Amino acid sequence: MSAVSGRQLMDDGVLIKLDDVSKQFADNTVLSNISLSISSNRIITLIGPNGAGKTTLVKVVLGLLTADSGAITRSPTLRIGYMPQKLIIEPTLPMTVGRFLQFAEPDSSLCRAALARTGIPRLLDYPVQSLSGGETQRMLLARALLRRPNLLVLDEPVQGVDINGQEALYNLIASLRNELGCAIFMVSHNLHLVMAATDEVICLNQHVCCSGSPQQVSIDPAFVELFGTRTALYTHHHDHEHDLSCNVVEEVPSSHV
Amino acid sequence: MYDFLVLALLAGLAVAVVAGPLGSLVVWQRMAYFGDTLAHSALLGVALGLWLSVSSVATVTVICLLVAVLLTALENQNKLATDTVLGILSHTFLALGVVAITLVPGGRTDMEALLFGDILTVTASEVVAMWVTSAAVLLVLKNRWQPLLATIVHQDLACVEGVAIARYKVLLKLLLALIVAISMKIVGVLLITALLIIPAATARRFSTTPEQMALAASALAAASVCLGLGMSWFWDVPVGPAIVLSASVLFLLTTVRWSPRRNRRKTG
Repeated sequence: MSAVSGRQLMDDGVLIKLDDVSKQFADNTVLSNISLSISSNRIITLIGPNGAGKTTLVKVVLGLLTADSGAITRSPTLRIGYMPQKLIIEPTLPMTVGRFLQFAEPDSSLCRAALARTGIPRLLDYPVQSLSGGETQRMLLARALLRRPNLLVLDEPVQGVDINGQEALYNLIASLRNELGCAIFMVSHNLHLVMAATDEVICLNQHVCCSGSPQQVSIDPAFVELFGTRTALYTHHHDHEHDLSCNVVEEVPSSHV
Repeated sequence: MYDFLVLALLAGLAVAVVAGPLGSLVVWQRMAYFGDTLAHSALLGVALGLWLSVSSVATVTVICLLVAVLLTALENQNKLATDTVLGILSHTFLALGVVAITLVPGGRTDMEALLFGDILTVTASEVVAMWVTSAAVLLVLKNRWQPLLATIVHQDLACVEGVAIARYKVLLKLLLALIVAISMKIVGVLLITALLIIPAATARRFSTTPEQMALAASALAAASVCLGLGMSWFWDVPVGPAIVLSASVLFLLTTVRWSPRRNRRKTG
């Protein structure tokens, strides 16, 4: 296979490229012949039913798993910030939010700034175990940001967050893309919310069923077969926002399309 | 004339200072059973030392390191649950150690000392060996604390951030093996994990960062060693169990003292 060089990718503005990647666990094929490329500044969303291999694909992109076949090329400039699906910290481990962020960045003033950016500036000295689902996700996002990534990889970023909080979190992620100029590769179950804020959707079910803009994908027969016709683009919006403590916040952010 | 007491104290403190950070890591990583298995295998090291007529400190260290490597290899392969595997190996090693020691020709060994410790017969050269090992482990822990901890907190995150997690998982087990080897003389193979875990569990109650917990655990382990020696001196009880009991008493005292967390300020 004539794989492109990492330098070539960099010149084309591509951060990472997968060609015909397959992965098996025992006799079970989890990914078959996946090809995709992530260019700078793009938001790419991976959707698919349970067991479709979404998390496996994320781990292959991250380099946590090696592919059985196929080629993966990374740009030499690639710098990944990763937000895992969930965080379980032993109750026996005393760990404040600030200490947790120090694994990515020793400078505590930068850690404070990252928390402010993700909307939880007051939680610096709180035990990690005391955070709510949404706060935990924001803390994980802050740690990913501290890496100054050009690719953010988010595995189900709104897990354990209530529906209004989910929308706020997606808006935050979309505005971070504009601010940092980084690409985003994320997994989501929530088709409605995600599709409005994404450039490209990849529908995965072991292989790539279909991919393209949200509008294209939502009418693709393969997509309809997997998710049914009830799944339409999500266009409903609240006329107000909730903050983390469920108080109604006055202004509606401009990124709220 | 109290030389043996001074030596015993020095030996106990050598273990106590590392028991804090290493015990905390064991608690966070849920490696208590792993530690037990290592500790039980130390008896085989003693048997080997008797058989070769060399110092048991060296043979115990070698055997513990070998077992640590073996367990790491098994961990990734076995289809049984890890605690089942460790449960089988732990007690197999214990039984095997006892049998092996009995079979060594001419070996007249005080089994109780091996199982529960014999700190009062520690020699000056053994104390030196303990402090050298202990200092080396502390130095490694100090230099590699951040990546070790990052690996424990979240493996995948640490790996994406560039930590060689496989290396640190092995390192932790090797350090544990070294400490098991030097703790054996103090509390015996049956009580080693207690000395690692109980002070760490006690320290958890008044720590807000991992580093505080590690340091507090060292202080508590040192206090337990002193209290245990004192108990043994005044009531003529075996030192190893007395040290562990002291650690348990400290744990219980802090449970009573600290458990109503919200009233902490009022009562303090």
